[in-house]
Amino acid sequence: MEIARHWRLKEQRYNLVGSVCPECKQKYFPPREVCPKCGSDIVTAFTFSGRGEVYSYTTIYEAPSGFDDTGPYSVALVRLEEGPLVTAQLTDLGEAKPEIGMLVEMVTRRLRSDGDERGMLIYGYKFRPMLKA
Amino acid sequence: MSKKTDVIITGVGQIPVGENWETSLRSMATQAMRAAIADADNPKPQALYVGNMLASTLSRQAHLGALLADYSGLTGIEAESLEAGGASGGAALRQGYLAVASGLVDVALVVGVEKFTDTIGPEGESALATLADADNESIHGLTTIAQAALLAQRYRHEYQIPTDGLLGFPLTAHANGVGNQNAMFRKAITPDAYRKAEPVCDPLNLFDVAPFADGAAALILTRRELLPTGYRYPVIHIAASAVASDTLSPADRADPLWFNAAQTSVEQAYLKAGIKSQQVDLFEYHDAFSIFAALSLEAAGFAMRGRSWQMAADGSLALTGQVPCATMGGLKARGNPGGATGIYQAVEATLQLRGQAGTNQITDAKTALIQSLGGPASVAVTHILAREE
Repeated sequence: MEIARHWRLKEQRYNLVGSVCPECKQKYFPPREVCPKCGSDIVTAFTFSGRGEVYSYTTIYEAPSGFDDTGPYSVALVRLEEGPLVTAQLTDLGEAKPEIGMLVEMVTRRLRSDGDERGMLIYGYKFRPMLKA
Repeated sequence: MSKKTDVIITGVGQIPVGENWETSLRSMATQAMRAAIADADNPKPQALYVGNMLASTLSRQAHLGALLADYSGLTGIEAESLEAGGASGGAALRQGYLAVASGLVDVALVVGVEKFTDTIGPEGESALATLADADNESIHGLTTIAQAALLAQRYRHEYQIPTDGLLGFPLTAHANGVGNQNAMFRKAITPDAYRKAEPVCDPLNLFDVAPFADGAAALILTRRELLPTGYRYPVIHIAASAVASDTLSPADRADPLWFNAAQTSVEQAYLKAGIKSQQVDLFEYHDAFSIFAALSLEAAGFAMRGRSWQMAADGSLALTGQVPCATMGGLKARGNPGGATGIYQAVEATLQLRGQAGTNQITDAKTALIQSLGGPASVAVTHILAREE
């Protein structure tokens, strides 16, 4: 059981909360405590919009334990509109084939399950094709 | 100019890479260590540095330093292990180099060992996934193969590479595996076999991914001033040792298609050895995935960005080419024994420089560049080995 390690990440997992450097204004997701660009301490949270586009993608057939009941699934590097790249699964693709440049938005989904029927379900962000306004 | 404080590789040992079901972690390591000690004419090592990546999870065995020193009959000597992901072997060599160069240790034994087949299936994939960022990559189901596939997909898009563009890398590796009796695969492959291979993680197919396997390799290091009189081999010294790091996740890099740590460590190594890339007679790159081979060649300055795949395709990396790479099969054909890989590279380069590489011998090889990567060059350990005249 790894309850605390997932609970403490709830803001970033559920709300896409990263951080922004108070000095050089660089935005980070996942959040960082020290700015790699200018070396400043980072104390300011920043909530990302959740909108972005696919920078790269692939499909996983041989999944690790915890994911082996959900495969095959697609993972992507998503370029958030505020700048950072995020690693996440693509979901709700339907008939759509992932492609570079596809516009996507963040949704909350089950990421994995921890073993047996009493295991913890871990939720977090995935990205789906952007819904038409 | 040779100096009496130069670090010399006096002994090498390796066992065949493969699915060694009948041999345990400790037994494989012991065989490689005994072979290296015998090859160096039986010196008494004062310290043992173990390169290993995942024994804690794959074999449920940590604490390899004391275990392997004891099991190989060296109970009592300094012994510890180094972990730097897939570069663990390179890190152990680096540690041995530092110890011997500093003068604090006269004779160091360095061993790389990995036992993949102790765990098979999804648990093995899980163990490998711990090498990526657990909170931000592995939790999303990302595997190490998928991480490489994301880079390959973007690389193809960015540089307009044909579907079979990376085929030169596995073809080169497999052609060279034929002549290496310790290689896992000793069969050349055809372009057609590559094109028809089973997809693994698009755009990577089976031949773009080096097979994880069991293996162990070892080295004996000492200083020139301690070299026994009448030493029987050409003297091979470590002309440079350099390590650099980068983010664990390519997502956290300004440019995911540039192996910054690989470039930095190679540049430092060239500077230290006082050579230029043109003087490199062979390059043992870390072709865990064909895209890694491509990005490593570019980072080391052998190719322009987006062009290294053409070198692989036109034969420039072959044994008789401009920059021979993976000369004993590389990770793709020799196999990828995780934390042992960096030591296999050093063993193979030493054999090339001694003139003991058999049918794979590079004519008059004097200078070898070897590079051990952890993850997508999250760590890059680079060494230059040189034969003395």
